Amino acid sequence: MRFLEFFRNNRKTTATVAKERLQIIVARERTTRNGPDYLPLMKEELLLVVRKYIQVEEGAVTIQLDKEGDCEVLELNITLPDAPTAS
Amino acid sequence: MAEVIVITSGKGGVGKTTTSAAIGTGLAMRGYKTVVIDFDVGLRNLDLIMGCERRVVYDFVNVIRNEANLTQSLIRDKRVDNLFILPASQTRDKDTLDIEGVERVINQLSETFDYIVCDSPAGIERGAFMAMYFADQAVVVTNPEVSSVRDSDRILGLLASKTKRAEEEREPVKEHLLLTRYEPSRVEKGEMLSVEDVKEILAIPLLGVIPESREVLQASNAGSPIILASESDAGQAYEDAVSRLLGEDLVHRFVEVEKKGFFNRFRLFRS
Ligand SMILES: Nc1ncnc2c1ncn2[C@@H]1O[C@H](COP(=O)(O)OP(=O)(O)OP(=O)(O)O)[C@@H](O)[C@H]1O
Ligand SMILES: [Mg+2]
Repeated sequence: MRFLEFFRNNRKTTATVAKERLQIIVARERTTRNGPDYLPLMKEELLLVVRKYIQVEEGAVTIQLDKEGDCEVLELNITLPDAPTAS
Repeated sequence: MAEVIVITSGKGGVGKTTTSAAIGTGLAMRGYKTVVIDFDVGLRNLDLIMGCERRVVYDFVNVIRNEANLTQSLIRDKRVDNLFILPASQTRDKDTLDIEGVERVINQLSETFDYIVCDSPAGIERGAFMAMYFADQAVVVTNPEVSSVRDSDRILGLLASKTKRAEEEREPVKEHLLLTRYEPSRVEKGEMLSVEDVKEILAIPLLGVIPESREVLQASNAGSPIILASESDAGQAYEDAVSRLLGEDLVHRFVEVEKKGFFNRFRLFRS
């Protein structure tokens, strides 16, 4: 069976793939979990804007909503690449 | 004061009703006065799984609307003492449950019962929210499958923020992972997420692992909670889960492939 051969050759089982995918998506969803519904979309759009100017990676923008007493703090973190690309 | 336990999952069809019936029955068999409430408004099913569908007269919504009192609506189980069922309404209007009404019923049940088991509907909408709002403990039913695990994680988020305990900043809802429909042979082949994988991702204590079992369908055919099939793997696994819920520390069974090889049989003869 070609299907089986595929997995033997790659040695990575579908369960391993499932676990890795879950770890990534769950970690991502947790960062915006307790915030308002618009947070995930806002994050995606911010990433698009940032990318218009700087070549950053997928995970380069993180958003965190914290409570400090009565104050809600929206923390936006953009990790810039090491060497700025010339242009 | 009763302990309120919600059986929840996010994803549909993972085994919430099967689990509610089993755990409710298990608690009652240990002598605790227990009521299982069906929160799945519009899609009443707990009555069928528990084999009391023909005895339903009034339901949860009738009680909330004061059209019937609790004594009239609670169905006493014929097999197990101390076990009662409060069936869901079959109305199509899902907004008939209101939080004050639910609170009133739960408070009233709380006076005479030890455990209130809430069978949540699927989804993360109103019905699921109502079922979890008053919970002291939550059993998160999860299948070893990507979408179920992801949905369970979302439910954990809601338990931590949208429940009464969370809103009042009291001690958080006690969370338990119940992994159901588990197939050790497929896990061994790398075709299915393992107990360890799911535990690592969801990071909550493991209440039990219920194996995939043909007997579950047979139990539901007969309207008899699977925990009453005491010779079946799934029934025994639910027994263990109930024991753990009550604080016992047991090793997890049915997580490894049963080896029926020559040496095992040989050893059986020797000892
Ligand atoms: N351990 C198991 N082994 C085999 N089949 C199972 C097991 N647990 C549940 N099932 C089957 O899975 C199906 C769904 O179960 P159940 O109705 O309990 O899920 P549910 O989460 O309550 O669904 P819903 O979201 O629609 O309320 C049923 O057909 C049931 O018999
Ligand atoms: Mg159900």
